[in-house]
Amino acid sequence: MSATLTHPVDQVPMPENQGESYLTKGKGVMSWLLTKDHKRIGLLYLMSITAMSLLGGFFAALIRLELITPGGDLLSAESYNKAFTMHGVIMVFFVLIPATPAVLGNFMLPIMIGARDLALPRINLLSWYIFIIGACFTLYSMISGGVDTGWTFYTPYSSTYANSAVITAALGAFISGFSSILTGLNFIVTVHKMRAPGLTWFRLPLFVWGNYATALVQILGTPVVAMTILLVAMERLFGFSFFNPNTGGDPILFQHMFWFYSHPAVYLMILPAMGVISELVTCFSRKRVFGYSFIALSSVAIAVFGFLVWGHHLFVSGQSVYGGMVFSVLTFIVAIPSAIKVFNWTATLYKGSISYEAPMLYAFGFFGLFLIGGLTGLFCANVAVDVHIHDTYFIVAHFHYIMVGGAIMGYLGGLHFWWPKITGRMYPETAGRISAILVFLGFNLTFFPQFLAGYLGMPRRYHAYPEEFQFWNIMSSAGATVLALGYTLPMIYFTWSLFAGKKAPANPWGAKGLEWTIPSPPPLENFETIPIVTEEAYAYAPEEDEGDEVKHHV
Amino acid sequence: MSSQAMEQTAAHPANPNFQHQYEDLQQQYSSTTFGMWVFLVQEILFFGSLFCAYAVYRSMYPEAYSAASHHLNVALGTFNTVVLIGSSLTMALAVRCAQLGRNKGVFGYLLATFMLGNVFLAVKVVEYSDKFKHHLVPGPHFAMGGPYNEQAQIYFSMYFAMTGLHALHMIIGAGLLIFFMWKAYNNTYSTDFYGPIENMGLYWHFVDIVWIFLFPMLYLIH
Repeated sequence: MSATLTHPVDQVPMPENQGESYLTKGKGVMSWLLTKDHKRIGLLYLMSITAMSLLGGFFAALIRLELITPGGDLLSAESYNKAFTMHGVIMVFFVLIPATPAVLGNFMLPIMIGARDLALPRINLLSWYIFIIGACFTLYSMISGGVDTGWTFYTPYSSTYANSAVITAALGAFISGFSSILTGLNFIVTVHKMRAPGLTWFRLPLFVWGNYATALVQILGTPVVAMTILLVAMERLFGFSFFNPNTGGDPILFQHMFWFYSHPAVYLMILPAMGVISELVTCFSRKRVFGYSFIALSSVAIAVFGFLVWGHHLFVSGQSVYGGMVFSVLTFIVAIPSAIKVFNWTATLYKGSISYEAPMLYAFGFFGLFLIGGLTGLFCANVAVDVHIHDTYFIVAHFHYIMVGGAIMGYLGGLHFWWPKITGRMYPETAGRISAILVFLGFNLTFFPQFLAGYLGMPRRYHAYPEEFQFWNIMSSAGATVLALGYTLPMIYFTWSLFAGKKAPANPWGAKGLEWTIPSPPPLENFETIPIVTEEAYAYAPEEDEGDEVKHHV
Repeated sequence: MSSQAMEQTAAHPANPNFQHQYEDLQQQYSSTTFGMWVFLVQEILFFGSLFCAYAVYRSMYPEAYSAASHHLNVALGTFNTVVLIGSSLTMALAVRCAQLGRNKGVFGYLLATFMLGNVFLAVKVVEYSDKFKHHLVPGPHFAMGGPYNEQAQIYFSMYFAMTGLHALHMIIGAGLLIFFMWKAYNNTYSTDFYGPIENMGLYWHFVDIVWIFLFPMLYLIH
């Protein structure tokens, strides 16, 4: 704990802590269910997303248990299909997509830009209710027989042949999409219209930039997948023909429309996490972020280019060869803004006074996992290589490294970082560090063997497999146990900290940013008077360095 | 980031419709209007994916589209187009009244818009039931006949999806109109506060414009 010595602020009790906070103002269940306060809605999301992630984790456990042995011993092929479908649907639509924006973004974004609330608080509450309704539909599909189409709902299997509760699951995904759209809409309006005086676009914290780029994807992508899924439901429900080959419909069109959103959705998961990482890296290296505007604009670039790459999911689906080549090149281009971010974070670390609190360990974990996930993404983007690894565990490992490794590392790092602000309590630091390390090790043990198994030819979505792959699968299942432990620990000690955690000062990390200038937990309207911002973001560096990013220490 | 307390320039406006998170009514007005525009962008993508599917299949099966579109009633479609454009006019007049703070005028014009919207929906019901009668609803009972019987199902699926979602937007709009009529009846709007009616107008005009595209694409192009 020597690191705390660099943060003398830690020991100073904050006098502002006496006023009423958003947690104490208004009591009873109804004051939560009808709240329009962005902070309480953020916590509502936190609880619902945590519950959904436990459910999704349960299905992941089933999958990993089944795959310990090569013969399909535990689950029949049909129940295995249902297990991975429910795992995918729940984790993608109800955990990964909303996690960082709807919890951390909802809570922190208005405070970080010096506003009393999001621009449209009622819409914000509505988005949570829509999320819950969507979740109910999905849960209903689970208890009414389950779904076996995979989370991608590929036609014509989903629309014609599947003998399971596709309609309710599809409607669940459709409905939850609108929750995501409304969150994005709210963020865009808030960032445009609610910034405090003096807070120009290029003084915004990078977490806000990340959420803004995310919101663009939510607004421009989600409606397309919503409509696509709705068409599948209509086809099933009324016998309409959209993608049915029997009447001349084109299943490939479904794949185009589905991935037009669902590929950008990956960026939707990772962009806010990248925003969190930018916050963590600067704070725990005590240094102004390197290349602020490059990190900010690379988020927007990822969001924009993300819309041009969906065809790389169709390399072997019957898309034209030239289409495949173009999408391959465009996919390589997305690597550029992603690499810009990683290089800038690394340069931020350079000659910084780095300390290793739990959030920073999560950020380091993010670097490792994102790097592996991103570089293997280039394998997949290459048409010739992809023909070999398509639909194998290589792909499964790749997208878990990005969507889970990257996104959840960022989410958990941010949750640790802002937990003192959100609850007014410190989490136990040692337990936090242990969980960060466990997650990193467990994650690699789970998914790295899958790269190897996949490259050797193990296909995805099979409940039985040749014995030669058993070694890799046992490693993977063992890793999943460690990973589960790493993910469970924070739930335990966060809950514990609510009752027995040390009271948090207003700025436990000695961080810059408006959110650290107000008490922990924040009062109902965040700021007594709206602040006037006179500085750039992350002014950690001494005065003489200010205002010139190029003149860093050489 | 260092910050200093801002001088209290003005007390919060007294208007009962003012929401606490804003600095003043002007910020509230520009935020909600901007929010509506962002929502409409989302709507364009929502309908856009249908237009995209429509275009793909039209280029694949132009003859089937042509044969099937002859089964639509151009007279009723034209009538509905006129009705809808008329409703946009009354909507625009309601917005004007709201900006001038004339709540009675807002009420009257919204009522007219509501009635015209219902005329449109009623005609749609007639058209739909006609399709049912003639077995033009895609599915096992579809029987358009002719060489394009299979592919025409795609056309009619698009027809029902596009006009159905458009009608759903009209129904939601009609519900919102009732709400705003009630608000206008209670003298809510003034020269300081008329944003909600403008946003209602934006929504209504958007739904109108969607129809302006649907009408030629489904009824007129053969």
